Amino acid sequence: MSGNVPSELRDEIPRFEQRAAGDHGPIDWTALTAMRTAKSALEIGTIVALAAFVFFGLEVLLRWTNTPTYVFPKPIAVVRTLVNEFTSVYAHHLWVTMYEFLVGYAIGAAIGLLLAALITQKPFAEKVIAPYILIMVTTPMIAFVPFLRLKLGFGSWPLIIAVALAAGPMVMINSATGFRRTDLAKIALARSYGASTIQIFRKIRFPLALPMIIVGFMVGSIFGLLTAVGGGMVAASEEGGLGERLVYYSSLARMDQFGAVILIIAALGVSIYVLFYFIGKRWASWEA
Amino acid sequence: MRVEGATKTYESKSGPVRALEDFSLEVREGELVCVLGPSGCGKTTLLWSMSGLHALTSGRILLDGTPVNGPRPEEIGMIFQEANLLPWRNLRQNVNFPFEIKNRPVDRQRVEALLHETGLAEFGGSMPGELSGGMQQRASIVRALAQNPSVLLMDEPFGALDAFTRDEMNLLLLRLWSESGQTIVFVTHNITEAIFLADRVVVMTPRPGRLAHIYDIDLPRPRTIDLTFQPSFIELIQDMKRTVETGGRALVEVE
Repeated sequence: MSGNVPSELRDEIPRFEQRAAGDHGPIDWTALTAMRTAKSALEIGTIVALAAFVFFGLEVLLRWTNTPTYVFPKPIAVVRTLVNEFTSVYAHHLWVTMYEFLVGYAIGAAIGLLLAALITQKPFAEKVIAPYILIMVTTPMIAFVPFLRLKLGFGSWPLIIAVALAAGPMVMINSATGFRRTDLAKIALARSYGASTIQIFRKIRFPLALPMIIVGFMVGSIFGLLTAVGGGMVAASEEGGLGERLVYYSSLARMDQFGAVILIIAALGVSIYVLFYFIGKRWASWEA
Repeated sequence: MRVEGATKTYESKSGPVRALEDFSLEVREGELVCVLGPSGCGKTTLLWSMSGLHALTSGRILLDGTPVNGPRPEEIGMIFQEANLLPWRNLRQNVNFPFEIKNRPVDRQRVEALLHETGLAEFGGSMPGELSGGMQQRASIVRALAQNPSVLLMDEPFGALDAFTRDEMNLLLLRLWSESGQTIVFVTHNITEAIFLADRVVVMTPRPGRLAHIYDIDLPRPRTIDLTFQPSFIELIQDMKRTVETGGRALVEVE
C-alpha cells in the first residue's frame, strides 16, 4: 500500500537516537556540534580526493581559460605565496587578529558565563534582561567598530571590545539555557547528603549546564572570529590584522595574497571548531 | 522512627492541594515497612518529609527521639525513583559522591565489598548511560549503603524496572537488609512487591493521603519468589487490592 503513496507524503520513520528538537535552548546550534565521530577510510579518502579534485580542477580550469589573476587567483600560486610570505608578512597579521580575538573572547565569555550563572538564580532578573541580550545577540557588533574607533583610537581595543560584545551574549544565552536545567531529584540527592548551596552549584548545576556552556563557547568563538576579521575590514588598527590585509590586497587586486589571507582565516575557523569538538567530546560526551 | 500527625499542603495554580493529612506511623528499629498507595496519594511526599527534604505543614517526624527538620546525612540514606545517578560521573565516582559532599575520605573497603556483593565490581569505570536500569539502581543502593545509614528511605526505587529485574532487585535488597539490618521505609505502588518485602504494609488512601490500613505480614523469611505463587500470598494481594481501591472503607464496614 505504501507503494502508492508519493515518497514526499510518507511518514518519516522516527529516529529515536536523536533527541527532540528544541531541546537546545533558544537557538539550535546542534548542527555545529553534530560532527560524526568515526569516519571510515572510504569517507576520508573521498573527502581528500574531492579536495584534490577541486584544487587541481580549479588550477586547470583557470589556466585553460587564461583567467587573469586579478579576476581569480590560481590555487597553486596562492599556496606558494602563503608559504613564501608567511613568516615575513602573514604571521604578524595573524598574531594581531588572534590577539584581538583571544583577549576580546576571554573578556566576553567570562562576563557572559558569570552573568548567566547569576541571572538564572533570579527568574525576575532573567525576564528583565532577556530582551536586551536578544538585541545584543541579533545586532552585528561589527556595526559599532567605526564608532569605537572614533572613541578609543587606533589601537586594538575597539576590536577587542567588539569581539567581547559579539561573543559574550552568545556564551550567555546558551549558558543560561544550561543553568536553567534544574534537575530537582539530583539537587535533592545532594541535599540529602547535606550539600551546601556552593556544593550543589559546583557538583550538580554546573556539570548539568556544561554541555550547553560548551555550545555557547563554541558559537561565541565563531562570532568572535567573525567580528575580529570583519571589524578589521571596517576599521583596522594601525597594526593591521587579517581583515585589514583583505581590504588592502583586494584594493590593489593582489589576488594571490588575498587568497593566502582567506586560507589563513579558513584554517583558523576550522581549528577553533576542531578544538571545541574535542572539548565537547571530553566534557560533554555523557549527553550525546 | 516516628511520624506524628503529618499534614502537607502544596500551593498550586488551582489553589492549595492537600497531599498528606494527619498521617501517623511508628517504624520500629530494623523493620522493613512498605508504604503502598495509588499514584499521587502522597507517599513520595511522606518519604521526602521523613528524609527532611520537605517541611511538613503540620505534624512532626522524629528519629531516635529528635525531630527531623532538615537532611540527616549521618543517619538517613535516600534512594530515589529511577536510579538518579549523575550521568557525567562513572559508577565509582557516583558511589563516591556522598563522601565528596561530606568532605570525607572514601571508605574503599566498604565500597568495594558492596560493589562485589551487588555484582558491579567490574563496572566501576562505566558511565551510567552504559549500564542497564537494574545495574543503575544497584549502584544507587551501593551509593546509599556505603554511608552506613541507620535508616534507608526508598522512593519507588524499582518502579521503572521490568518484572524480572524487579524480582532480582527485591531479592538483593532482602539479602543486603538481612546482613546489615537497617530500618527501611519502602514506598511502592506494586502490591506484590510490598507484601514480598515487608514486615508490615501501610496502605494509604488516595489524595489526600491518610492511613487506610496496616497489614502485618507474617510470611517466613528468607523469602523466595515461589512464595508469591502461594494461595495465602494471592489472597493477601486480593485483600490489599480492595483496600487500596476503597481507601480502607470496606474494611472498616466489615470490622
